[in-house]
Amino acid sequence: MAVQSEVLKPPRTEVGLLGWLKKNLFSTWHNALLTIFSMAFIYVVLRGVITWVVRDARWEVVTTNFKVFMIGRYPGKEAWRVLVSLGIVVFLAMLTWVFRRAEGKPRRWLVIGWLLSLPLITILLRGFSRESPFMPLVSEDMWSGVLLTLVLSIVGIGASFPLGVVLALGRRSKLPVVKVLCTVYIETVRGVPLISVLFMSQLMLPLFLPPEIRLGTVMRALTGMTLFSAAYTAENIRGGLAAIPIGQYEAARAVGLNEVLVMGLIVMPQALRAVIPAIVGQFISLFKDTTLVVIVGLLDVLGIAKAVTGQKEFIGLHKEVYAFAAVIFFIFCYTMSYASRRLEQVLGVGER
Amino acid sequence: MANEKLETGEGIIICRNVHKWFGEFHVLRGVNVTIKRGEVVVVCGPSGGGKSTFIRTINRLEEHQRGDIIVDGIELTSDLRNIHAVQREIGMVFQSFNLFPHLKVIDNVTLAPIWVRKWPKEKAVKVAMELLERVGIPEQADKYPGQLSGGQQQRVAIARALAMQPKIMLFDEPTSALDPEMIKEVLDVMVELARSGMTMIVVTHEMGFAKEVAHRIIFFADGNIVEQSVTEEFFKNPREDRTRLFLSQILTH
Repeated sequence: MAVQSEVLKPPRTEVGLLGWLKKNLFSTWHNALLTIFSMAFIYVVLRGVITWVVRDARWEVVTTNFKVFMIGRYPGKEAWRVLVSLGIVVFLAMLTWVFRRAEGKPRRWLVIGWLLSLPLITILLRGFSRESPFMPLVSEDMWSGVLLTLVLSIVGIGASFPLGVVLALGRRSKLPVVKVLCTVYIETVRGVPLISVLFMSQLMLPLFLPPEIRLGTVMRALTGMTLFSAAYTAENIRGGLAAIPIGQYEAARAVGLNEVLVMGLIVMPQALRAVIPAIVGQFISLFKDTTLVVIVGLLDVLGIAKAVTGQKEFIGLHKEVYAFAAVIFFIFCYTMSYASRRLEQVLGVGER
Repeated sequence: MANEKLETGEGIIICRNVHKWFGEFHVLRGVNVTIKRGEVVVVCGPSGGGKSTFIRTINRLEEHQRGDIIVDGIELTSDLRNIHAVQREIGMVFQSFNLFPHLKVIDNVTLAPIWVRKWPKEKAVKVAMELLERVGIPEQADKYPGQLSGGQQQRVAIARALAMQPKIMLFDEPTSALDPEMIKEVLDVMVELARSGMTMIVVTHEMGFAKEVAHRIIFFADGNIVEQSVTEEFFKNPREDRTRLFLSQILTH
């Protein structure tokens, strides 16, 4: 016996915004009570903050010192070089976005572009000798503010990642010397705080190098940060490698791939995909750890922030200045976090 | 010395007095066998008898510690060149498929030919699609292994192994991890492959398959060959008591 059923629309309170509110915030009486209480609590707490932000804060300290925050002691006349560098990066990023699904030729050009941008931007920012009229030398020890934070983190991340891969593979090596060296390195570095690594690289790095090479403060700090972060990245990658089923190695070898290809085509791609959250987490930590360079006399964003509160007109405006610094950090860190999630989505992490 | 091809007559795989230990455990105890070109050999036996270990020593997924193994005239030593040469000529299909999950089906199949045989991409894709047609799943080429059923995945694994145009195919319990309704589709592919003249060594419990295409059955137990004979003889007149016991256990249904 066929039953004729009428197709009805769901009731208004079950779908859309009202439905969401009912299901998540007001589902039971104690849930509803908790919702009301939380809303009241949030209002009380935020009321003070929002009034301060909108009415009482003196944001002039930030707006007048914006340039100082961004490039610190970099000579104002040469600031155009920073803008050009930024422009190059933005341009390459846009191109990468537009050609994100392309294969072959465009991809190759993009990679070449990014690789070329490194020396180009270094030359742009550093300039030529002190006497030259066009782009005089601005030694990297003069770089400060957001510029310094970005340089430290980008170079730190870029250099520590390949080093981390090498260390992770080295720790798993069958050759006892390689394995012991990598293990000792990783465990020693993980056993000391970053601050002491920065101190040691300031004081001890010159001892390891021939006297002709004189590294500036920034270079020594960069070395310290890279060596430090590489150890943590190595452990993250090692965890990913350990998670690859041995059948993958066997199938890869059975189909004729040599050891290098097995690692590069089959094992590493899967291992890295699996630990993207951990690796990006390490990068975000590195970004924030750049604030420690104040200990060796460099002025990153926080260093500038402190200096700005010493200015005559703006003495004591700590809240505004540090709130601004916090916002800067948040923007960069959240962007990295978001990019990580998108990358995981594109690569199908957790699905395949 | 390394790549000298040895004169081996008809035998494409020769094992002489092969021993292997896992720590203290003596898993292969002096195995002697010759597999001829074009022969389809089924290896059966109780679990833990060493049959999987045995075929895995042939393509060096396991290392034998005593004795000689010669594949297509190349002696398997610790010389990497020999090992790679042998691995290029042998295709293997695993119980747990072991497809590469981060690559599409078509890329799984074309990966080795492109990177090892250095084929141009067009040629590799053409051969791959022909193989996927041969195993019956050309329409799955752009999917990822995780989206396929077990039977389909195993057929992709067979296509992947065949893409390297190997001289020998090894199968390590290819249907043991499959649901019953998918076993037939994989066995059909293997039957067609056998009939086309491929040299195959198949570790399996599927006696129906053995009866249909195997030239020889080897009964492997306690680290060595207990009995081997031509298929018909094996089932009709098993000589050893061990063999009779085993057959009675697996042929009840």
